[in-house]
Amino acid sequence: MPQHEPVLLKNMMQPGYGGSLAEYERTGGYQALRKVLGKVAPADVTAMVTKSGLRGRGGAGFPTGIKWGFLPKDYKGPKYLCCNADESEPGTFKDRQLMERDPHQVLEGIAIACYAIGCETAYIYIRGEFTLGAKILNRAIQEARAAGHLGKNVYESGVSIDIHVHRGAGAYICGEETALLESLEGKRGLPRVKPPFPATHGLYGKPTVVNNVETLANLPHIVTRGPEWFASIGSPPKSTGTRIFCVSGHVKRPGNYEVPMGVTVRELVYEHAGGMRGDKPLKAFIPGGASAPFLTPDHLDVKLDFEAVAQAGSMLGSGGVTVMEEGTSMVWAALRLMEFFHHESCGKCSPCREGSSWLTQTLKRILAHRGRPEDLETLTDLCKNIAGRTVCAFGDAEVAPIMSTLQYWRAEYEDLIRAASLHRERELPMASARH
Amino acid sequence: METTMKLAEKYRAEIDDILSRYPVKRSALLPLLYLAQAEEGYVSEAAMKEIAGILRLTPPQVYETVTFYTMLNLKPVGTFHIQVCKSLMCALVGSDTVLGWMKAKLGIGPGETSADKMFTVSAVECLGACGTGPMMQINEDYYERLTEEKVDTILSDLRRDGTSQLKSGPFMWPLPTKQDA
Repeated sequence: MPQHEPVLLKNMMQPGYGGSLAEYERTGGYQALRKVLGKVAPADVTAMVTKSGLRGRGGAGFPTGIKWGFLPKDYKGPKYLCCNADESEPGTFKDRQLMERDPHQVLEGIAIACYAIGCETAYIYIRGEFTLGAKILNRAIQEARAAGHLGKNVYESGVSIDIHVHRGAGAYICGEETALLESLEGKRGLPRVKPPFPATHGLYGKPTVVNNVETLANLPHIVTRGPEWFASIGSPPKSTGTRIFCVSGHVKRPGNYEVPMGVTVRELVYEHAGGMRGDKPLKAFIPGGASAPFLTPDHLDVKLDFEAVAQAGSMLGSGGVTVMEEGTSMVWAALRLMEFFHHESCGKCSPCREGSSWLTQTLKRILAHRGRPEDLETLTDLCKNIAGRTVCAFGDAEVAPIMSTLQYWRAEYEDLIRAASLHRERELPMASARH
Repeated sequence: METTMKLAEKYRAEIDDILSRYPVKRSALLPLLYLAQAEEGYVSEAAMKEIAGILRLTPPQVYETVTFYTMLNLKPVGTFHIQVCKSLMCALVGSDTVLGWMKAKLGIGPGETSADKMFTVSAVECLGACGTGPMMQINEDYYERLTEEKVDTILSDLRRDGTSQLKSGPFMWPLPTKQDA
């Protein structure tokens, strides 16, 4: 197996590393913040991040430095940074590890981002279920404040930075950046219509940046080792750096693996994750969380970078790679994901709210051997009328499991529907006898 | 009115601390609802009215928010709220078996509470622990890589001690090996 240097997981891979402030400082922690605060102009920090090519690790993959650059330059009022820790995408569990095992790395990243965009208050919006992560972050914030890494006039630079942890309360949609802001404002987490974008009208209507946990955790390393170092890792020029891929499903060693972007799925599954459980053949995989369309064994050599995965017809998304072995019913797999999306649809847009219900019911019927020949056309038609017709990307995400399973495993749907028609034929005499 | 006084009196310092974090009062709504839920095990109508008063909101504004989030209970649950993840990633590695085992052991299925009010079982969507499925959350704690034996131990631990050593600590998977050291 090729040796890759872990960056984000490096500290926690040391035996006995507990993530306390003292331990983090011993590994060079908070040196990056010291290096920039009051010494490098905020615009130059932004330029450094742009040059590194860092793209958002939450799902959309938008270039981080460019996102920061959208904030109005001459704005005098408060600005906000929200760390998106609402990790709820099925298949993804990397931010949890970053927060629970090395919380100061995340805090230092947040502080650097705050300085770069000129904001004094950051909120970590963490999903409500991560109570342990919230406790650990709160403790780390207290430690950092006491040591002078956060608070008023940090390192006597004249810069003030404060971070608060805000727990969500169980809603997948709150990972969508505008829904997150609504939720943080104490409302239902319904996505906002864009434009205006959070960069100008975000939290409390003020300029706001929303960045994922893993994105922010990369910042201390970019500052310390330079943007050129970061840009040289992975698949330059558009997919730079390492990525924590979360491998789940039918593999021998599921877990988080930090590798340079651009490794193949084959390497990730067969070398890092130990191969398939029971050495069964791989039937299907999702490359980037539940919102990403399924791919097949023909795509095992696709590079895990933003462009290559998109070209293969899916998306890199949040980096959640879920693997399914031969024998898994793809109609069942699509239903399980549909049930998730149906449950989590916020209800704001009719196509998503109603469509997710119809899609779920139709899949359930097909699986219960009560499918009708016209169901496949109905499913396709529904999907086409949901995708692209909603305020946020949830509509596109919820049709991904059905569209991709229909594309690659259509025969499984047809078999179930054929079995249903045979079933109906057998039942017909009984049915007519009742009338 | 008795309950109305209770939250504000009992948690005065916490409430002031929470309010100090936000420039807009309404932002404190979820944290205050969590306080109310910690107090009574669910969010009661009286608590919603009291919180509305503290934040200068109308009770419907509080209610519409409470009903949106799955972690806020509008009615009492058992002492131990067992939430088993049923999403695809956990289902691939056996969450249906865990739910079935739970039903066999406790005699209750998803959405039900045991007669002694000790356990409530829910089947929930993704809890962000896909690499360590099948998993469940009991009150605030995660339990991962579940087997039938582990579930048995956890249930008897909870009955006896109110907690279990099998709950997850800070998350690390895969675990560091000697090679990594």
